[in-house]
Amino acid sequence: MKAAVVVFPGSNCDRDLSVAFEQAGFDVSMVWHKDSALPEGVDIVGVPGGFSYGDYLRCGAIAAQSPICKAVIQHADRGGYAIGVCNGFQILTETGVLPGALLRNAGLKYICRTVNLKVATSDSVFTQGYNAGDVIGVPIAHHDGNYFADAETVKALQDQDRVAFTYEENPNGSVADIAGILSENRRVLGMMPHPERAADEGHGGTDGAAVFRALAGMVTAA
Amino acid sequence: MKARVHVMLKNGVLDPQGEAVRHALGALGFDKVEGVRQGKVIDLDLAEGATEADVTAMCEKLLANTVIESYSIELA
Repeated sequence: MKAAVVVFPGSNCDRDLSVAFEQAGFDVSMVWHKDSALPEGVDIVGVPGGFSYGDYLRCGAIAAQSPICKAVIQHADRGGYAIGVCNGFQILTETGVLPGALLRNAGLKYICRTVNLKVATSDSVFTQGYNAGDVIGVPIAHHDGNYFADAETVKALQDQDRVAFTYEENPNGSVADIAGILSENRRVLGMMPHPERAADEGHGGTDGAAVFRALAGMVTAA
Repeated sequence: MKARVHVMLKNGVLDPQGEAVRHALGALGFDKVEGVRQGKVIDLDLAEGATEADVTAMCEKLLANTVIESYSIELA
């Protein structure tokens, strides 16, 4: 099983994500933002958190135009698996791979703490290690995590069971308490909370590890 | 040619920064402010031959995220 983790200038969760994949049994390669292709045979791409390109203009906007992102979009378009965490979620919405956008937190403050998430669906390779309705503790660390989509899009996400995680207590103003969503083919997950920061005993909690464990063995190269 | 692009959050999208500015103005005694929306102004220096259509394409592809933002273009 091969994972690739994208590294942008300003990424700061790339190594955490890489370790979480490795602990689940993946061979991980890091790919630089200027690369125009993913390594051969990659099963899943991780788009990490951080502040890509300083988050100039909008969070993730410049990263979404980078050479590697074109390869990530092609990978997703042909049915490849991808996970975007935090800034990675912002980037995936900016590329259009996932719907909606992430706005400034409603309370205007940067929030860094562990929050309780409800697993809204277990019907995806990312969430099958949980039962729907499980509550897990996962850290958030963001200033722009306020998920927004128009009412029609939110309804479609809900009707198609594409909301992966919701906040038990909404920290940032996200519409419908949405913390993470799936693509239409359920092979791309974007989420603001950091499962890779709750994947090892040393993190103080391992509630996020099931995301990576569940992926192992289930993903196949597209 | 110069172009000035205004990017604003769409109506109906909460603008927490604008709200914070409104509260601060109220705290300063400016009690007639009923709403504040904050946006961006982007000035472009363009070479000969650039057209408004080019600027529109720039807005659609990068300068604005049309999921949440609207834009307007002034040419000078």
